Parts: sequence; structure tokens; C-alpha cells
Amino acid sequence: MASSRKKGSTEINASSMADIAFLLLIFFLVTTTIDQDKGILHKLPPWSDLPPPDVKLRERNVLEILVNANNQLLVEVDYIEISELKDIAIKHLDNRGKLENYSTSPQDAIISLKNDRGTNYGTYIQIQNELKAAYAELRDNMALKLTNGAMTYAELDDCSDNVDLSESKKSYCKTLKDQIQDEYPMKISEAEPVNLGGK
Amino acid sequence: MSRFSKGGNKKDLPEISTASLPDIIFMLLFFFMVVTVMRETNPLLKIKLPQATELSKIQYKEAVAYVLIGTPTDVDTYGDAPRIQLNDSYRNVEDVQTFIKKAYSEVPPALQGQFTVSLKVDEEVTMGIVTDVKQELRKADALKINYASNKKKEEE
Repeated sequence: MASSRKKGSTEINASSMADIAFLLLIFFLVTTTIDQDKGILHKLPPWSDLPPPDVKLRERNVLEILVNANNQLLVEVDYIEISELKDIAIKHLDNRGKLENYSTSPQDAIISLKNDRGTNYGTYIQIQNELKAAYAELRDNMALKLTNGAMTYAELDDCSDNVDLSESKKSYCKTLKDQIQDEYPMKISEAEPVNLGGK
Repeated sequence: MSRFSKGGNKKDLPEISTASLPDIIFMLLFFFMVVTVMRETNPLLKIKLPQATELSKIQYKEAVAYVLIGTPTDVDTYGDAPRIQLNDSYRNVEDVQTFIKKAYSEVPPALQGQFTVSLKVDEEVTMGIVTDVKQELRKADALKINYASNKKKEEE
């Protein structure tokens, strides 16, 4: 024992320990990205060994989108950029018989998507995203109109299955949501892909 | 008020002990370290998720199966053709069905209606392999799928 006993044993200054621990803590806080399961939800049609039934549709109700192996888009007869797709989809869906070549009503409107096996996945997702965005915008507009600007479609969707809310509020949201869904049903049809571009 | 007056008793100048502060911080630290341990599968594939804006969250994490598609990280050994990864190994398209059925059977019965397959696919992969997997999913009757994507950052 080197130190004298009169003063008692000297304590090790532990105040910097907190700083060190803080540093570590901040390091972990910054580096850990909690894996969030986010994505575009999509529903596949059930499998059937039979060839799909040959349904006759009026041609003007179908918006045909073709994507080739070079990630180029052909909508009906025009070559377009992905950024234009959303507006065209909205124009098609919300046409209500005004223009020739576009749909007669949102309920009958169908978007048909056909891609090549060589199409990039990134492009495909962008297209899906634009189509979803088109539906979302139409539904949002209707939701805002119905609720006098109080709620968007996403908020109605949240509210319709939120456990914390009262029954009456929930059913109110649900009826509105169903009404909007009936008005703008999401009809995106995906054709079996073709192999034209190789790979 | 002698308690608060400065320079009162020489003996009674109790400093607030900071000795327990590191312990508190360490506790927080350990909490974060433990909590953020993720059930991350070995990165056998290089996957850069595409970006999108219309995202929805998967609500029930217990009812999710992951199918990963991307180019192998070890290009020298496995080549650069896109591969499918299920759990911790490379698999073929034919294995997807069995894998999905097994994953489905492990989901708690109450959540089976919510069963979702999350497709984590590299954005550079071509649609051919993705389509094959989708067909297998249809055969396995796993119809709810989720194209995992990241939130698009605003550019303007």
C-alpha cells in the first residue's frame, strides 16, 4: 500500500466512463438500421393449369402497357417515359367516356401490363409504383371530396381498422373506404411474360 | 438555509456522485446491442433494393417468408448470373415451392391469412427469374407478395 491511509484510498475518476459509454451508444444508434419490411404489396392470381378464359373486353377499356428488354415503354401505340405513365393512367382511369380510346368508366378500366423476361426488375417496380400512385391519387381525391378535405384515402384505410377508435368512427371510415374502392377498383392485369429480348 | 449556502461546512460538500452514470449508459448500450441483433441471413447475394414511393409496411413479421434474388457476392466462385437465396443457401427455382409451404406451416394459425412473401430482389436483375419465382409462388398458393423497396428520396 503506497498511499497513506489518512486520506483513504483514492478513487479512480469514473466520470469519463460515461463519455466512453456514450460514444459507444451513439455509435450503435447510428450504425444500426432496423430492417424495415416495407414494400409494394401485390396480389398474385391463383394458379390454374387451364389456359386463362378468353374474355372479350372492349378495347378502349384496356390500357395496354408493354415493356421490352431495353426497359422501354409502349403504352397503346406511343413510346413514353416512365415519368409520364402516372398521368396517362389517371387519364385512362378517370376518363368516364369523355375521350375516345380511353375507358368508359373507372369500374371497367383495366390496365394490362406485359413485360419481357429481359426487363430490369428496377424498371418493373417503377412501373408498378407509378400505377399504384395513379390509383392512390384518384382515391385520395375522392376521399378528400367525400370528407370535405378532412381525410385522405390512406387515413381512411388506417382508421377503418384502428382498434383505438370507436365503433361508429370505424364503420364510418369503412363505408367511405369501400365506396371509394368500388369506384376505383384496382385492376392491374399482368400477362404471362414473353421472351423476346433473350436472356 | 445553511444547507444551500456556499462555503458552509467544510466537511459537508457532497458532490453528486457520477459513478452510476456509466452504469446507466452501459445499460442503455447493452439494451441497444441486444435489441438490434437481427435475424439477418448471411449475405450471399448483393442486393440493392429498388426505390419506390407507394410503400406499405408488413404488419405481421411472424407471417413473412423471404425470397432473395440477386447476383452472388462471391462472383469468382458462383459467377454473376442471378441466384435465389432461401434462408442461408443458394437454391433453385424448384425449391421455392417447398420452402414456401414449409414457411407457411410454421406461421401461427391465427396469422396464416396474413401470410406474405417478401421478395427482396436486386434492381439490376432481369424479370425472367422473378417471373419464374412468381409462378412458383402461385403454384404454392402464396398469393400475397411484397416487393421490398426503399423509400425514394426526394430529389427536387
